[in-house]
Amino acid sequence: MKALLRGTVVLLALALATLMLVAVLDLPMPTVQLPASVAANLAQSGVEHPVTAVLLNFRGYDTLLEIAVLLLALLGMLSVAGPQTAPKPALHVRPDPVLQALARLAVPLMILAAGYLLWAGAHRPGGAFQAGAVLAAAAVLLNLAGLLPAWSTPGRLLRLGLAGGFLLFLAVAAGLLVEAELLHYPPEHAGGLILLIEAGLTVSIGLILAGLFLLFGARPAAAAEES
Amino acid sequence: MPDSLFASLFDPLPWLIVLPLAWASLAFLLGPGRGGRLAITSLALQLLLALSLSEQLLNEGARIYPVGGWGAPLGIDLAADGLSALMLLLTQVVGLSLAIYARAYFAAEASAAATWFWPLTGFLLAAMNALLLAADLFNLYVTLELLGLAAVGLVAAGGGAAQAAAALRYLLVSLMASGAYLLGVALIYATYGSVSFATLTPLIAAQAPQAVWLAAGLMLLALMAKTALFPFHFWLPPAHGGAPAPVSALLSALVVKASFYLVLRLWLGGFAPLGAAIAWLPGLLGAAAIVWGSYQAIRAQRLKMLVAYSTVAQMGYLFLIFPLLAADGLAFQAGAMQAVSHGLAKAAMFAAAGVLIHATGQDSVRGLGGVADRVPLTLFAFALAGVTLMGLPPSGGFLAKWLLIDAALHQGQWGWVILVIGGGLLAAVYVLRVLRQAFLPAADASRFHPVPRLMEWVAFGLAAASVLLGLRGIELIALLGVGGTA
Amino acid sequence: MTPGLIYAVTGLLLFVIGAAGVVLLAHALRKILAFNLMGSGAFLVLVGLAQRTGGVDPVPHAMVLTGIVVAVAATALALALVRRLHVLQVELHAKDASVAETEDA
Repeated sequence: MKALLRGTVVLLALALATLMLVAVLDLPMPTVQLPASVAANLAQSGVEHPVTAVLLNFRGYDTLLEIAVLLLALLGMLSVAGPQTAPKPALHVRPDPVLQALARLAVPLMILAAGYLLWAGAHRPGGAFQAGAVLAAAAVLLNLAGLLPAWSTPGRLLRLGLAGGFLLFLAVAAGLLVEAELLHYPPEHAGGLILLIEAGLTVSIGLILAGLFLLFGARPAAAAEES
Repeated sequence: MPDSLFASLFDPLPWLIVLPLAWASLAFLLGPGRGGRLAITSLALQLLLALSLSEQLLNEGARIYPVGGWGAPLGIDLAADGLSALMLLLTQVVGLSLAIYARAYFAAEASAAATWFWPLTGFLLAAMNALLLAADLFNLYVTLELLGLAAVGLVAAGGGAAQAAAALRYLLVSLMASGAYLLGVALIYATYGSVSFATLTPLIAAQAPQAVWLAAGLMLLALMAKTALFPFHFWLPPAHGGAPAPVSALLSALVVKASFYLVLRLWLGGFAPLGAAIAWLPGLLGAAAIVWGSYQAIRAQRLKMLVAYSTVAQMGYLFLIFPLLAADGLAFQAGAMQAVSHGLAKAAMFAAAGVLIHATGQDSVRGLGGVADRVPLTLFAFALAGVTLMGLPPSGGFLAKWLLIDAALHQGQWGWVILVIGGGLLAAVYVLRVLRQAFLPAADASRFHPVPRLMEWVAFGLAAASVLLGLRGIELIALLGVGGTA
Repeated sequence: MTPGLIYAVTGLLLFVIGAAGVVLLAHALRKILAFNLMGSGAFLVLVGLAQRTGGVDPVPHAMVLTGIVVAVAATALALALVRRLHVLQVELHAKDASVAETEDA
């Protein structure tokens, strides 16, 4: 019975793959040419790189919701984790002096690189997500080297850092409602506003992504009592 | 350009999305367990905004709101018409009522689920509003993910192994569905170069290569899986049946309606030429859902599982409308009425179930003896909600089934009529099962726990709303008519 | 066969393999990996098909960036659930074992 079900699934998958391949090899030219539209409006978007313009200006609403998704995932992890009675999770990594020295050298450089990526996003590939990811990687490196403990329930300051970027983005979006539609940047201030939003997002994204990793390091209550 | 300085500031449409996002994040900032009062105040404001938007639509017709000022296809558009306004009203009414209920529930029943309930619920309601107003396929993907993750977080919160397993299964089904949806969006973007509803609808009507058929199939199947349509329903009963009562209510009343709303929107809008060919499939699956869901509800031992299987059955009615969609708009009105009345009734039923479980200290149907004396208001609420599910006049459920039967008779399709009536009878069996058990004398009178009156009144209010909805049918159908989606 | 089409075809194959994996594989961690494969396949299709004519289209790039973040968020939540389930099942086994011990004694 099980083999029959597995066989059906595999057959369905093969059928789907064939159908899609045939469909894809046969596509006509797209009717709407968005790249031309993006290029035409790039000057008023406040940034020079087309992907950043799409991400933070033309389709900025998607980015707003996406940050909400990221924050929500962290919230979900906090909910799922269950009661955490261990107040300060112990560092259960054996500290290695070589790794610690490397971490101490690398992390300041990584923070610098994150700052550069944030700034460069306006002109070339970069921006808040890339910078935030580098910051999170720095935090993970510190944790693996034994220099940063894992997290349990975040305190007030950390919660402010986690939600702050999103709230800033939301505040700017709502503030712009005074003049025009949601997220309608006035062209002369667009560059500055986008940079401001991206700066807030970098910090928040870095903290959230770090949290997604570091929350796993917390020992659940039961295990902490056994050890 | 706005004609007065603050016209754009007082536009209800963007605030319906921004406000819940704001209070959800603020509730997170406030800390574990906090945020209830903030939620209730904001939801009251959101209800006013939804009413204001509905009035605006009735006066001025459907509207498009270009976020960022760019306009589709370059930017993202939001769209509001009668159907979205009706669903928005449902969301805010149910959200506000369940927020009041949940605050009392978590005060009465200390649970780890309350720790991050308010921010999670805030994001869930924000996702609902954003989804109902969206007019862009990729934006819908992001709102679907937001909704799914919020729902999963709520299901798993504070629960044991069964809840975590149910949440994981729900998450994996939801993610698979979202992945299929995304692939559909990819194929559509590759074919037409845009993901905006308004741009796509005429293009699809003009020329639909095979890739678009595949994309439509992927997206519709994905949304049907998220609505727990048979045979993709297996994730719903454990998830809805195992969660705390306010969470089950939110999920059954609102979250599953969101993906149904999208199926309806896509079917009537962009994918209209493609839908006519396979309309019998959702009808058939809906019929199977009604029969299977009702059967499992009749057999269920635990009260919340009974109500959860009832959701599976009632969602089947929603898919019966697809083979009956026609120019007279009857089936469309039936679907919308069913969605709204089921939303109110199911929220009431889960709220009542929460009260019954708290009162008797256990969650089996067999142990409900004696509640008729102890919590008569709640039992009355359960019965009223059952009236809507059974489709008795003057409830909203009756109006929905009446419209459906009318549509079927107009097209001479008798099979659906028999099915609708049969479904009502099956619903009566499982509702009366609970009522009968409740009127039996209590086995052990001393083990009853007192229940906060507020919880009972919320359950009653929602149930009464679902029953009285049928009396306001004319206004609702007038609202639905805005935008000409019918 | 332009490079864009090759990426798209690879993406489609990855998607189908990932989808089959989520359904067929038993272990939860492998299901999550298969889901990530599905997601990556969908992203490849999005970017590849947009390139099939040879131009550079920034809109799918932005969509894929958004999609990657969403996939990371979803994977993290899924892993947290798997972890929680594992912890609870270990507790359950420990409780059963201690109950069995007290019964034997």
